[in-house]
Amino acid sequence: MTEINKVIQNKIAIDKLNLFYGKFQALISVSMPVQEKMITALIGPSGCGKSTLLRSLNRMNDLIHGVKITGSVLLDEIDIYNSSLEVAELRKRVGMVFQRPNPFPLSIYENVVYGLRVAGIRNKKESDEIAEKSLRGAWLWDQVKDKLDHPALELPLDQQQRLVIARLLAVQPEVILMDEPCSALDPIATMKIEELMIELKKDYTIVIVTHNMQQASRVSDFTGYMLMGEMIEFNQTKNIFTNPSKKLTEDYISGKYG
Amino acid sequence: MRIHPRYTQRGAIAVLGGATLLTLLILAFIIFFILEKGLPGISLSFLTTNPTDMGRAGGIFPTLIGTIILPLLAIIIATPLGIFTSVYLSEYTKENKATRIIRFGTDCLAGIPSIIFGLFGYIFFVVTLGFGWSILSGGLTLAVMILPTIIRTSEEAIRAVPKSYREVSFSLGATSWQTVKKVILPNALPGIVTGIMLSIGRAIGETAAVIFTAGSSLRIPSSVFDSTRTMAVHFYILAREGISAENAYATAATLIIAVLIVNLSAYWLMHRFIAKRS
Repeated sequence: MTEINKVIQNKIAIDKLNLFYGKFQALISVSMPVQEKMITALIGPSGCGKSTLLRSLNRMNDLIHGVKITGSVLLDEIDIYNSSLEVAELRKRVGMVFQRPNPFPLSIYENVVYGLRVAGIRNKKESDEIAEKSLRGAWLWDQVKDKLDHPALELPLDQQQRLVIARLLAVQPEVILMDEPCSALDPIATMKIEELMIELKKDYTIVIVTHNMQQASRVSDFTGYMLMGEMIEFNQTKNIFTNPSKKLTEDYISGKYG
Repeated sequence: MRIHPRYTQRGAIAVLGGATLLTLLILAFIIFFILEKGLPGISLSFLTTNPTDMGRAGGIFPTLIGTIILPLLAIIIATPLGIFTSVYLSEYTKENKATRIIRFGTDCLAGIPSIIFGLFGYIFFVVTLGFGWSILSGGLTLAVMILPTIIRTSEEAIRAVPKSYREVSFSLGATSWQTVKKVILPNALPGIVTGIMLSIGRAIGETAAVIFTAGSSLRIPSSVFDSTRTMAVHFYILAREGISAENAYATAATLIIAVLIVNLSAYWLMHRFIAKRS
């Protein structure tokens, strides 16, 4: 591991998770740990269930009609599906960055403070402070500090993606889920986001779904390889990429399919 | 024989452009025709004095009041009801048989001729509830009449708000209601306003439903339980009874100008809101 002195601790523990969209089973008895302040990557071909798995960690699948879930997902030992933990509260702790940069059609500032407004924080000074801190945390402050009142949609795509990361940081999540966060970006912007992820790892637990195997190998500490709804292999990233234990993983890694 | 795409393209442009042009011409012709006949009769005193001799002479002041108050009452009642219903249908219910039946029902209601609403309003508000021929009965009837339009247009506008906005809002810990308030309604506003504008237009121009429920008194109303007469009804009576073609056209011209003013100011307000927001 790159950071041996970090105390390795499970932030999330997924145990025998099954997920059905109507009759179709999208996740088949998936078990996996997510370790605190590490980057965990989920890879696999399209439709393998990696995004579904990601979205089950903050119950975004609840928004889809006809979803049924069995098994458990523990966040700090608390089952997010069978406890008094409110969904809104869960999602503040486990935030999400989506595939397409998706700022609201509001000003840059109003985007960053959206989560605060939702949480009932209206104090101007407090909001300003959190907004600056979040924008700095997403490496965007210097580019936007003089135009906070400009429409967010005027920003270039990569800055929009960092803006939505800032918007997320403002609610002070513990876990950040990233659903192919670079798929709409060019290689340079991608590199920047990857560097940002490694920086964010100091304070946040990150789970990233990616189509890009190089990306998984560059940024992640752990990797899970999924196929047809099953977790085929989960291990430290360097092991997955240099010495996969399953033939299926090896075939995918070496580009035989996917 | 296959016609070369270049010619079919030209044909398409001709047909589509022609249809657009024809529509504009019809609209321009109607407006021109009414204004040409009506504008000479409009003056400040025509707008501000009471009619005399059943409208044969004098102005249209009381009908101006009726035309403002009835649609206003209808909009005040129907807008919140319609928007709340559409939000509930689109954001709080899953798509199932019940919602499909409700949607089908509102579509049917929207297609019912206004005179049926007039009859309903007469039986229910005027007679059963005892409101009599009054502003209240007329406003409620118009509200019922425009409600389906507002529900359907609002629902379309709400559905057109990108799904990703909802996802993001939920992922930041917002509840459904916060998402509706902060993201969905502001973004659906242009569509919702369009629906309300259409409804105001319908309400202002309505005669059948109004005659049955608000009556056609030419006195200036002093409460919502008084009868009133709208410009549309006034125009209808003047023309129908052959009282005064000149005043009928002048009334119609005033009506058209009023609708234009309402529409233009609503669009102006909406664009100001959008500009301010983003």
